[in-house]
Amino acid sequence: MTTDNTAARGAAPKDAKDAPKDTPPTADRPVVELRGAGKSYGNIRALHGVDLAVHPGKVTCVLGDNGAGKSTLIKIISGLHQHTEGEFLVDGEPVRFTTPREALDRGIATVYQDLATVPLMPVWRNFFLGSEMTKGPWPFRRLDIARMKRTADEELRNMGIVLDDLEQPIGTLSGGQRQCVAIARAVYFGARVLILDEPTAALGVKQSGVVLKYIAAARDRGLGVIFITHNPHHAYMVGDHFSVLRLGTLELSAARDEVTLEELTNHMAGGAELAALKHELSQVRGVDVEELPDAEDLTASAAPAAAPSEGKS
Amino acid sequence: MIDMTQQAAPAVATPPAPGSRQTDGRTIRRPLVLRLLARPEVGVFLGAVAVFVFFLVMAPPVRDGSSMANILYQSSTIGIMALPVALLMIGGEFDLSSGVAVITSALTASMLSYQLTLNVWVGVVVALVVSLAVGLFNGWMLVRTGLPSFLVTLGTFLILQGTNLAVTRLVTHNVATDDISDMDGFDQAKAIFASSFEIGGIQVKITVVWWLFFAALATWVLLRTKYGNWIFAVGGNKDSARAVGVPVTFTKISLFMLVGFGAWFVGMHQLFSFNAVQSGEGVGQELIYIAAAVIGGCLLTGGYGSAIGPVFGAFMFGMVQQGIVYAGWNPDWFKTFLGVMLLGAVLINLWVHRTATRR
Repeated sequence: MTTDNTAARGAAPKDAKDAPKDTPPTADRPVVELRGAGKSYGNIRALHGVDLAVHPGKVTCVLGDNGAGKSTLIKIISGLHQHTEGEFLVDGEPVRFTTPREALDRGIATVYQDLATVPLMPVWRNFFLGSEMTKGPWPFRRLDIARMKRTADEELRNMGIVLDDLEQPIGTLSGGQRQCVAIARAVYFGARVLILDEPTAALGVKQSGVVLKYIAAARDRGLGVIFITHNPHHAYMVGDHFSVLRLGTLELSAARDEVTLEELTNHMAGGAELAALKHELSQVRGVDVEELPDAEDLTASAAPAAAPSEGKS
Repeated sequence: MIDMTQQAAPAVATPPAPGSRQTDGRTIRRPLVLRLLARPEVGVFLGAVAVFVFFLVMAPPVRDGSSMANILYQSSTIGIMALPVALLMIGGEFDLSSGVAVITSALTASMLSYQLTLNVWVGVVVALVVSLAVGLFNGWMLVRTGLPSFLVTLGTFLILQGTNLAVTRLVTHNVATDDISDMDGFDQAKAIFASSFEIGGIQVKITVVWWLFFAALATWVLLRTKYGNWIFAVGGNKDSARAVGVPVTFTKISLFMLVGFGAWFVGMHQLFSFNAVQSGEGVGQELIYIAAAVIGGCLLTGGYGSAIGPVFGAFMFGMVQQGIVYAGWNPDWFKTFLGVMLLGAVLINLWVHRTATRR
């Protein structure tokens, strides 16, 4: 016996699987699309005129410095906030989510950097939290604990995560392991779009590698992945499309073949601003500016790449 | 089921063979004693046994069966209320108005039936509605405003305390309600809320049975149902719970209403065992309930605890309260005992929390 929820959402990845990711019709139509979307909190415009398209089997990276509007963007897509301008389409149809539940029901799952799990609850309870498996008729409907534990164990092993004891509180796992459990969970529950909010931000080099591997694994299963990060190196390892946000607007939107890692890094850092910073640093005694790149190099490499930018307002 | 097996396709190039009992071998299995101690109810169980043995030795009258029944009765009046308070605490909130809400419920039933000369069952049902409404108000205020439950329920506590006194004086021109023992339906209601029965020549109050029944029900709900899972989740990390689709607002409000239900039940017990209600009572009881839940291993910050722990917590209260009397000591020491027990429990909880989240 599966609950209605699990059954409905469990069916979603079947569609994604039946249609191979190289078939043009599905690959061409984005699962999630933003057209000129924006969000204002009172008189503060946190996000403005952002275009974004997420295709199945592709990783869309959203990069940006602190306060660039990355969090606002994912909050709109995951249903925590509503957009105040532009359009938000799922499967080509305009939507407006009021709760994360609605987003989940449309196959959009979000893995948050810090609030992905309830630390004191066992691993298997965390895995099924909010979509518990039950059995029995209503007044005696109860959790199907044996099946949940078995399924959680299988799913984690399929993702290459081996845990000694699923009863241990998830707070005892390392940061990377917790992220991986959250990703495995989203994949199992039939997510078609996976939003990862800075999954590598608090992790070491090795653990970041593990998480990147699962991002690739999720992509190969035909999921559309939105990978939020401020690390261009991580983004470039798995990304198919890159969108750089700056002060709430799109600074760059380019496919992988249109941009190099150097250009991406420059956009991330804000090439022009770095040049100004270098000038300021040169006024300070004791800073060796000779070793730093020239202002011309920084601005020059940034300029051509800015041309294909679409969402600039 | 079909789609589940389809999803089980390997995701990475070399997955470990599914189903094999291989472990990552990095965790050393801790000794049984340590693992048992990490359960929320084990600490309080040992504490209850210690207190029980202590008074068995120090106060010979405790060994008598009828004293034991009396101790259990005393525990049950605290314990019935400590259960919903504990669930609410696991859900991350607490309710300071629970003590006076008991009296509000009893006053409502008593005055409504007496003044309008109705069957007492009408009063009982209206009292239930009022109690649930108080819980709904608490929960709704909390989720709407985002204020801490301390402030919201402190407000309700003062409102109810004042209203209890003022309305009672307005209606009865007295500080207590009138005796309702000769009214229609009284005997029926008394049979449910405040009767006693005999086991082996010992009179046992029915509240003891209700207490254990509610405890079993709460344990089942907490550990075996979706709703129980949600209680742990909203107390442990509200934002995570909301993000994965747990109905946080529903869970919090319903927990407050559950406390309202408990207040109604205990209020009805008081009404039908004493026939009348003193309007100024109940103040301070809310802290006793909270203390019983904390001693029972519930974490004040939420997300951790059990329903069986507060049963032992309430038993410790009843045991100490009556044990001091049976031992012939000055009852003034009761609160001192409580304080020591509470601090001991908090220290154990702290240690458990650290052990449970240690990397």
